[in-house]
Amino acid sequence: MSAVAYTTPAVSHSRPGTEGLPEKISVRNLDFFYGDNRALKDISVPLFQGRVTAFIGPSGCGKSTLLRVLNRMYDLYPNQRASGHVTLDGEDILAPSQDLNLLRAKVGMVFQKPTPFPMTIYENIAFGIRLYEKLPKSELDDRVRDALVRAALWEEVKNKLGASGLSLSGGQQQRLCIARTVAVKPEVILFDEPCSALDPISTAKIEELISELKDDYTIAIVTHNMQQAARVSDYTAFMYLGELIEFDRTGKIFMAPRDPRTQDYITGRFG
Amino acid sequence: MALYETRRRRNVLAKSLAVGATIFGLAWLVLILAVLLWEGFSGLSLAVFTQMTPPPGSAGGLLNPIAGSLVMTTIAVAIGTPLGILAGTYMAEYGRYDKLAFVVRFINDILLSAPSIVIGLFIYEVMVAQMGHFSGWAGAVSLAVIVVPVVVRTTEDMLILVPDTLREAAASIGLPRSLMIRKVAYRAARAGMVTGVLLAVARISGETAPLLFTALNNQFWSLDLNAPVASLPVVIFQFALSPYKDWQQLAWTGALIITLAVLALSIIARSLASARKSS
Repeated sequence: MSAVAYTTPAVSHSRPGTEGLPEKISVRNLDFFYGDNRALKDISVPLFQGRVTAFIGPSGCGKSTLLRVLNRMYDLYPNQRASGHVTLDGEDILAPSQDLNLLRAKVGMVFQKPTPFPMTIYENIAFGIRLYEKLPKSELDDRVRDALVRAALWEEVKNKLGASGLSLSGGQQQRLCIARTVAVKPEVILFDEPCSALDPISTAKIEELISELKDDYTIAIVTHNMQQAARVSDYTAFMYLGELIEFDRTGKIFMAPRDPRTQDYITGRFG
Repeated sequence: MALYETRRRRNVLAKSLAVGATIFGLAWLVLILAVLLWEGFSGLSLAVFTQMTPPPGSAGGLLNPIAGSLVMTTIAVAIGTPLGILAGTYMAEYGRYDKLAFVVRFINDILLSAPSIVIGLFIYEVMVAQMGHFSGWAGAVSLAVIVVPVVVRTTEDMLILVPDTLREAAASIGLPRSLMIRKVAYRAARAGMVTGVLLAVARISGETAPLLFTALNNQFWSLDLNAPVASLPVVIFQFALSPYKDWQQLAWTGALIITLAVLALSIIARSLASARKSS
């Protein structure tokens, strides 16, 4: 399967400033269809190991759709299909033989709306761990604690781990979801507009969290907020009408975009 | 301004019609309940719960029909609930986009509104006629046939209310679908599903027609499900139509007992449903 590892750029934009980083995920010539509607058009983009890649673009440009291909979330629904190549560590994840549960354990996702399970805070996290590991109680406790510490939630919930996950505030719920994702020890974490339902303080906390997480994980984030993309990401991809217009280091995209459409979008002329 | 006046008068008219219709409808309901309470309470005594149905002219109670109703209802729920929940789960979780689910939903809706006497006749044909005698089993099965569509419907409705984002979240940590359903979706829909089962119980506890053709009736203490079994609705039906004063009194009391039991179930169902909303 290593033959499909990213070798030559399929589209014209070259790969400046990648410093020879390994590509954790490579997307090549990806098309995506909702029924007959082609939502992604020949997308090729890398996700570099240990870096944050932001996807920006106006609503409906396909950035969330792209994210949902990376863990095959679209597979839950009928009439949605992807064609092209998406590889994770060189392995084709679009292959029909791909085990979706194992893939999703490796490629975690945090959603726009906080989605805690209807169980206690502790169970919300322990549940996912138990799926793949059989641990003694004390070790499980440690793992739950670690995950909550990583998600900067431990101090706020350590005395009420038995309370329902739904009793937390929106920002706390979102951090609980991040903790839940982290607890399963994924290699990649996809954030789908993780802050759009949150207040500025919670947003700041989550952005800080993302910056901390990137040491250990490869991260992709979809955001409507360009400042956010500029703050948290190393690379930025600008998408428009299902096409990838420009991909580059974040500084470059915001300071000196090559495509006039990128320029127009980041300066707020449309979208 | 004239336009506004007309609109205001029309509003008053519409409102008074609506209120009037409500009062008219409720009045009958209140009247029925009042008569039931009045007639039923006067016959309520310990004997009702400890003695068997009497022959005309002697004292007795409703112990055998109460027990019979409880046993048949329990069996009906025990048969109907798992079937209904599994079918509802299929329709909401696995076959949501399938043609089969569409067909099942359509048939289920027909079954939901099928007259219960038709169900009684059907079970009479397939069980009573085959076995050669009326039986408690046939009664329980005919009630189960009424339970299934109610539970299918509420289970499906409640599972569909569980947001897809929760399913996606479960999938996003690598949760297999079967576990997602059992551990996440059922948990999120639990209160509503329990409500559905309680509503089904309320529905069958007053059913007479299907039991007339299946469990028939029994004057004596018998919980032998291979023989005819007494039930409250059938006893009420028989006693109420009789010319004997004491039988009529027992019918009133039996009706009151069913009504109070169903009322209690509805209140439990309602409070569970509102607990779901607030959580």
